[in-house]
Amino acid sequence: MKNFWSKSAPYLLIAPAILLMLLIIAYPIANSIRMSFLKYILFKPKDVEFIGFANYFNVLKDPVFRQSLVNTVLWIVGGVFFQFFFGLILALLLNRSFKGRGFIRSIILIPWVTPGVLIGLMWKWMYDGNYGVINDIFARLHIIQNYIPWLAKSQTSLLAVIITIIWQGIPFFAIMLLAGLQAIPEELYEAGKVDGATGWQTFWQITLPMLKPTILVSTLLRVIWVANSVDVIYIMTGGGPGYSSLTLSVYTYMKAQKAMDFGYASTLAIYLTLILSIAAYFYLRNLNLKEVR
Amino acid sequence: MKKSNTVHNMVFFYIPLALLVAFAVFPYLWTFLTSIKPDNELYTSTVRYFPQHPTLKNYVDLFQKSNFIKNMMNSFFVASVTAAISLFVSVLAAYAFARFNFKGKIYFIVSFLLINMFPAVLLLTPLFVIMRKTGLLYTPYSLVVAYSTFTIPFSVWLLTGYIRDLPVSLEEAAMVDGCSRIQAFLRITLPLTAPGIVATGIYIFITAWNEFVFALMFTNEATRTLPVALQTFIGQYDIQWGLLTAGGVITTIPVVVLFMMVQRKLVEGLTAGAVKG
Repeated sequence: MKNFWSKSAPYLLIAPAILLMLLIIAYPIANSIRMSFLKYILFKPKDVEFIGFANYFNVLKDPVFRQSLVNTVLWIVGGVFFQFFFGLILALLLNRSFKGRGFIRSIILIPWVTPGVLIGLMWKWMYDGNYGVINDIFARLHIIQNYIPWLAKSQTSLLAVIITIIWQGIPFFAIMLLAGLQAIPEELYEAGKVDGATGWQTFWQITLPMLKPTILVSTLLRVIWVANSVDVIYIMTGGGPGYSSLTLSVYTYMKAQKAMDFGYASTLAIYLTLILSIAAYFYLRNLNLKEVR
Repeated sequence: MKKSNTVHNMVFFYIPLALLVAFAVFPYLWTFLTSIKPDNELYTSTVRYFPQHPTLKNYVDLFQKSNFIKNMMNSFFVASVTAAISLFVSVLAAYAFARFNFKGKIYFIVSFLLINMFPAVLLLTPLFVIMRKTGLLYTPYSLVVAYSTFTIPFSVWLLTGYIRDLPVSLEEAAMVDGCSRIQAFLRITLPLTAPGIVATGIYIFITAWNEFVFALMFTNEATRTLPVALQTFIGQYDIQWGLLTAGGVITTIPVVVLFMMVQRKLVEGLTAGAVKG
């Protein structure tokens, strides 16, 4: 009897979590797949019918889907790269000890816990075409002659939202990379010093290789996060003007929330999931897992 | 020598640090300054940086003219219930993952990791339909369910790390002294991992407090949470920036205070997984 309990104890402990996950994730996902084969517009309940793969073909023919795909790539690559770049610089700076480091480290993390809605609103206000502080600063620095409605111009809207997501993601990279930096044994640097390495050489030969596992893992997490992010773009531009700042997740959200076209939205969501899974699979396969361990 | 060192420090340390900190902080500063400006100083032909007549009018209006207190209570309720349920379920699972070896363990752990990667929009439509069928739509519980889809997998991951970091020997010693496993868990493991559990709970609370995508679709006027309320200040014709920024400040302060309390522990837990691998 005792043996039975100790054997089944772990299963009993994970049972509530597993059951909940089946109920609120697995079952809904199965439903999502089912809906992707339906013509299903929420406010036309009588029109629901099975249409096979029609949604899947329609998505591929949809010019908005194609544009949102291009935007998504720019959004992810541009956003995550600069988050990493500035996050790394910040981590290197914070890795030195100086007065007030703890304080600076805390305040720098605030964007990370700020509601996405507020981030969108703050930046929307700063980008404002008439009263925006960004226009004012640029005009004072003579970078621009006339105020630019950054979010209302299709040439600048995507860039403007990407800058916002960069701002939001820097802290995440900074803390992850800082933890990675602090885990590098001091002896390595001392050995480098003995061998007469310059600061630059130390960085390329010691810091970066030792940081690689942290970089790979945090980049993957961040790519998924940024790819799935809806609120910042939804608040700032709604994907517009036109479709100039529409990403795939925002497009999916709008199809569900505004158009109430659940069949099409489910199909878009499945495409997004597939694209991300394939990308993650190749990323993880090419990444030598032993290196991360 | 000394002097060139100072210059070097300025160029390669203090200036970049100051620029990055300014970049991080400026939007908050600007939001706060906007919130204490009277309307006639907000919409001026050249931007005025510091208010000449700072006022709390926007804050007063916020509480008098909108349902902000109600929204705040909704947010508080949803975030607390989500945190309580997620923590309860996750602590049990995390304890099993950290302290037992059992068949299929690795598959369960991997599936909890993978769930973290699903796009929210994939669950949005089916959950909406399910909520409508079960009558939960437009109640706070629909949000609790929706948020549990990402808070539970995440907390299991975080808590497994915290419990694993605790030496097993303490529990074993207690069991040798005659404690049952359950007693050892309640008297040793739970109190010692309390800081980690609190940090995880606060992180869940913050995530639920901030969430917008599900909240916009799953609430109505009576059950609206703060982020959705903020979004509704974007009127049909013009945006009331004074009210909005005041609302933003009020929404963010509790989150920042809570976060500062557990920041160290949370960062420790988050980075442990990535750094140790």
